[in-house]
Amino acid sequence: MISPRRSLALLILSGAVRLAAAADFQPAIVYDFGGKNDRSFNQSASEGAERFKKDTGIAFREFEVTNAAQREQAMAQLARRGATIIVAVGFTQASAVEKVAKEFPAVKFTIIDAVVDLPNVQSVNFREQESSFLCGMAAAMASKTGKVGFVGGMDIPLIRKFALGYTEGAKYVNPAVEVFQNMTGTTPAAWGDPTKGAELAKSQIGRGADVIFHAAGNTGGGVMQAAKDAGKLSIGCDSNQDYLHPGSVLTSAVKRVDVAVYKAFTDEKNGTWKPGPVVLGLAEDGVGYSLDEYNRKVITPEMEARLNQARANIISGKIKVSEYKAQ
Amino acid sequence: MSAPAKLPRWAELGLLPAINLVAALLLSGVVVRILGENPWSAFKLLASGAFGSQDSIGYTLYYATNFIFTGLAVAVAYHAGLFNIGAEGQAYIGGLGTGLVCLWLGAAPFWVVFPLAVLAGAVFGAAWAFIPAWLQARRGSHIVITTIMFNFIASALMTYLLVNVLIKPGQQSPESREFAPGAFMPPIHELLGRVGIAFTATPFNFAFVLALVAAALVWLFIWRTRWGYALRVAGENAAAAVYAGISPPRITIGAMLLSGALAGGLGLNELMGAQHRLLLDFPGGAGFVGIAVALMGRNHPVGIVLAAVLFGALYQGGSQLSFDMPKINRDMVVVIQGLVILLCGAMENLFRGPLAALLRRRDVP
Repeated sequence: MISPRRSLALLILSGAVRLAAAADFQPAIVYDFGGKNDRSFNQSASEGAERFKKDTGIAFREFEVTNAAQREQAMAQLARRGATIIVAVGFTQASAVEKVAKEFPAVKFTIIDAVVDLPNVQSVNFREQESSFLCGMAAAMASKTGKVGFVGGMDIPLIRKFALGYTEGAKYVNPAVEVFQNMTGTTPAAWGDPTKGAELAKSQIGRGADVIFHAAGNTGGGVMQAAKDAGKLSIGCDSNQDYLHPGSVLTSAVKRVDVAVYKAFTDEKNGTWKPGPVVLGLAEDGVGYSLDEYNRKVITPEMEARLNQARANIISGKIKVSEYKAQ
Repeated sequence: MSAPAKLPRWAELGLLPAINLVAALLLSGVVVRILGENPWSAFKLLASGAFGSQDSIGYTLYYATNFIFTGLAVAVAYHAGLFNIGAEGQAYIGGLGTGLVCLWLGAAPFWVVFPLAVLAGAVFGAAWAFIPAWLQARRGSHIVITTIMFNFIASALMTYLLVNVLIKPGQQSPESREFAPGAFMPPIHELLGRVGIAFTATPFNFAFVLALVAAALVWLFIWRTRWGYALRVAGENAAAAVYAGISPPRITIGAMLLSGALAGGLGLNELMGAQHRLLLDFPGGAGFVGIAVALMGRNHPVGIVLAAVLFGALYQGGSQLSFDMPKINRDMVVVIQGLVILLCGAMENLFRGPLAALLRRRDVP
């Protein structure tokens, strides 16, 4: 048994610790189903958090959810244990953020890929259609057959947004271009099925496609492998994936989730974090196409010039890229 | 293969599962050790994460509720000699029925929504089980194959509906709008609060009580009614059943309807109790866990409830474990759960022979 005096001392001590923790800056991040090592969307978020840790020496807490109920539970728990800012990665976390943010009005939340309208929530969204448009252009310019492919992960509005931008970009370069579209599946397993991704890519190649863009998380690994095996080109997604198959990956539709995470943590640390919507497009360098030593040889100078021209035109509003809207 | 060694009832129901569980935990401990964490503190975290506070007990029992429904669904089919792998899809479609009633009648008071939501969940779940059942009974298509296929069809159908039809306008996430409060299953903390007992707010809700009632009814049905008897006879020996005037095809269809209806109960807990909206993939694999739960619970309602609580504890304790021990990530938690399934389900007879020999030696000196 602990004596009453000692337990009182313990109580005061734990209270003091809790106060100190609340006053401190404590970042946390909650990943979505894909997991932080998906080499794509979640991994990009994880890289942002890791970079922040490296730059500042401040550790962060993280959690990877495995079922829907855990999102809310994990966020509430992080908040109770003194997290001051929680970054929720992925649109599926919106309803959980909404609930927990109401419960903990003093904790700040940054959600990525969704909008939650609360005074302590910052909603970061990307104009994926803009980077997809540029990738569509690159695909149509690189294609010799006039046929390009798109392999999506799960059939949801976000992925249709990629598909639409890509198609528009391809048609912008070559109005006669044929775009094949396939979604990998209808369950979250569609994000982690490289075998099926490879099959879809092969079937598109069989129909004549020679550049294939994936927006399929882990599944995309199979798409890129199949393109390489067939001697065709692929386009990566979310993270810069050019290095995976140098020379076979034409470019990547980069979505700087890492920048969003890094910035949310840094802003909160410096006291400049603000709630409300943040939209990152080409103009903000939130999205873009990648160009590095790995794909330097496949992107010709003419292509680069044309892409940069289009990029400027999208930013200035001369080119309008449609955004897929769920009705 | 020789017949499994006979054990006294207390050893069969109590000791053997306990030994299997301990063996699974010891093996998990080795895995944890390899990862460089202390197995004992990991185990303490797992246990306190599952039962250490009101919050964790609430979550454990909330997960367990899903597993009771799907475990019962698998067990009923099993007694009729059918291996229903489709509880996942039946729960998904059953939840659609429940969700549609909640969206449609949201503004009505709870006592109006509640019976209709239960009914709709059961009917939708049963309807989804009916097609494979009919195919098995009349066309001889194997139920294992067809129920697996129907899981995928259910998933495709739900994605279509949520992406194109039921989605709340103006958002990315394929989710319906939130139900009105009339369609919320009363949470246990609220019910306890009414009688003056304080309990932390968790998704643990009244559906747990419904699951227990369902378990009691399944017991009554299988061991205390004529239909239940016919179902067991058909499951043990179809030829003998025909000789006794029982029609195995009708049993197949009846058992699968009941099985699907039980799986449909998951939506009551998950949608009305916790999420308060229709969303993608809400069964979250509970249909498959139900198979393990039924196996471990020996297809008996009491065993199923206990096994469901164990798996609820592994889910909840496991998430706590990965929360506090970053080295043990979520994949490791799945490994630990897998070891429990392996030793308690698939290899449950591993210790049976030695244990029987040991007990015999003690009895007969």
